[in-house]
Amino acid sequence: MKASRRETLTALLFVSPWAIGFTVFLLYPLLASVYYSFCNYSVLKPPVWVGLANYHNLIRDDVFQTSLKNTLVYAAMALPTGMAIAIGLAMMLNAKVRGQTLYRTIFYVPSLVPGVPLAVLWLWVFNGKQGIINAVLQPWFDGLSRLLLHLFHIHVVLNAPQWLSDAAWAKPALVLMSVWGAGNAMLIYLAGLQDVPQQLYEAADLDGASWFSKTWNVTLPMLSPVILFNGVMGIIGALQVFTIPYIMFPGGSPARSTYFYAMYLYDNAFLYLKMGYACAMGWIMFVITVVLTLIALKLSSRHVHYGGS
Amino acid sequence: MASAVTTRNFKGGPGRQKNAWLLHLFLLLASVLFLFPLVWLISTSLKKVDQAMQMPPTWIPKPFEWHNYKDAFLYHADKVTGDIPFLDYLRNTVVLAILTVAGAVCSNALVAYAFARLKWKGRDVAFALTVATMMVPFPVTMVPIYALYKNLGWIGTFRPLWVGFWFGGAFNIFLLRQFFRTIPFELSEAAKIDGCTEFEIFRIVILPLAKPALSVVALFTFLGTWNDFLGPLIYLVDPKTFTLGLGLQAFQNQHGGTPWNLMMAATAMVIAPVIILFFFAQKQFIQGIAVTGLKG
Repeated sequence: MKASRRETLTALLFVSPWAIGFTVFLLYPLLASVYYSFCNYSVLKPPVWVGLANYHNLIRDDVFQTSLKNTLVYAAMALPTGMAIAIGLAMMLNAKVRGQTLYRTIFYVPSLVPGVPLAVLWLWVFNGKQGIINAVLQPWFDGLSRLLLHLFHIHVVLNAPQWLSDAAWAKPALVLMSVWGAGNAMLIYLAGLQDVPQQLYEAADLDGASWFSKTWNVTLPMLSPVILFNGVMGIIGALQVFTIPYIMFPGGSPARSTYFYAMYLYDNAFLYLKMGYACAMGWIMFVITVVLTLIALKLSSRHVHYGGS
Repeated sequence: MASAVTTRNFKGGPGRQKNAWLLHLFLLLASVLFLFPLVWLISTSLKKVDQAMQMPPTWIPKPFEWHNYKDAFLYHADKVTGDIPFLDYLRNTVVLAILTVAGAVCSNALVAYAFARLKWKGRDVAFALTVATMMVPFPVTMVPIYALYKNLGWIGTFRPLWVGFWFGGAFNIFLLRQFFRTIPFELSEAAKIDGCTEFEIFRIVILPLAKPALSVVALFTFLGTWNDFLGPLIYLVDPKTFTLGLGLQAFQNQHGGTPWNLMMAATAMVIAPVIILFFFAQKQFIQGIAVTGLKG
């Protein structure tokens, strides 16, 4: 069908806000950031071309490597945990239980809590001295210490983790918080579960399949597109984690264990005014994002089961 | 998908009913774990400061200090000028939310209409490009956009935080376009025969029918503005212009001295509108999530 000139003109008028928005807020910044990434740029003075220097420095920058590693380690901890919990909750809710609506609300509401209040709330929950988590955990550690003393005459004082000040426990603390927000993913999985054709379970029942076998051979394959989608979105999201660690762990403390990619990028741009360097980091982030998305699309055509196709 | 979550009541997945009590045990346990931080938040916010710091902790405030909320609201209020920082933050956030919601609804509706119901050369390519832009992370474009606003002299004003919303956004265009396409084309044809221009069709026929989708856009734009931290952190300088998120962070940051009971009262006040909104607009929330889940 051919569109008349008049129609095209009308359409252009309708689409014009986005034409401007796309050009000014996406296309231009993308191109400019490529250019800046090859420059020394402090925003106060015009950019000066330095070629590949920013990228060269990045490769040799320990802090960059630490921030990238922290981000990947965090993603590797938080994504599978969050996914398992979200799928687990969705499967429990998908069984016909009484009070399903209430449970669903309880699991979902925490995921609504915005970043800043979330960080402040958990600073209090994880507080080393008066935090509620350690108030609950510490008696167990005390009991364990006493048990060791009585049974084996071992003198140790076991303490609950110092979530906010121990480099080994800061990341797990953030993982715990991310799991608390699993309700959003849970709803997506729940919708996916409700789309699984009931006949598949009936057929499996006739074959005498166990619960485990039905989960492994029916439920999870049918959920695989959603799992894949959430997984990719999760990694892309991890690269952009900023607000919560920025507030809870200033400067990525303790011992830079929570210094994440987006935090270092932000610091380069707005703390050190190394805008060119920050742009180079931004482009590396962009490339990782695009590559991951393409891998996911490729994988999905091979390993992911799409119902009906 | 949206209706699936809310209405359809399936018999369930594998292994249903057999171990109902075990299932309930798990769900109850999970509920306790999911609820305790919020309960702890409310509990602390109603305690006297020494009870909040007391070890071992107690759950029930004794007595209930309701005025903590008023105290937190008035914290750092200037007795001479009568200036209340928290009130400034609230007003700033609400003003920004109104500007962003209005901008997002108006601009995205127009653009989505062109993608959904008009024929023009290059439409499908442009739409594919639009969807692809959802992949661009904000940190990538952050520096040039900042430099742009800096050159315009907009740093320290609200403008960088709302002007962009009046020029469309990929996700909302996508969401509205999907919805606009479900409206029968016969309605447009009929209006055209009656002599309506394209803009009249958009305004008189499509917009009233698209209210559910527009409310999803409005809701998520509001939440985005209410919850945003990085934007205000980059663009705002003067504490008088701070948003709630930025203000709450400053409140926490300024002094380890802020008593935790007031901290929690302030935190609760920032969270509460979001949760109240959820209970009033559950349908829109679920629809938004369903679209997020589908967009890949």
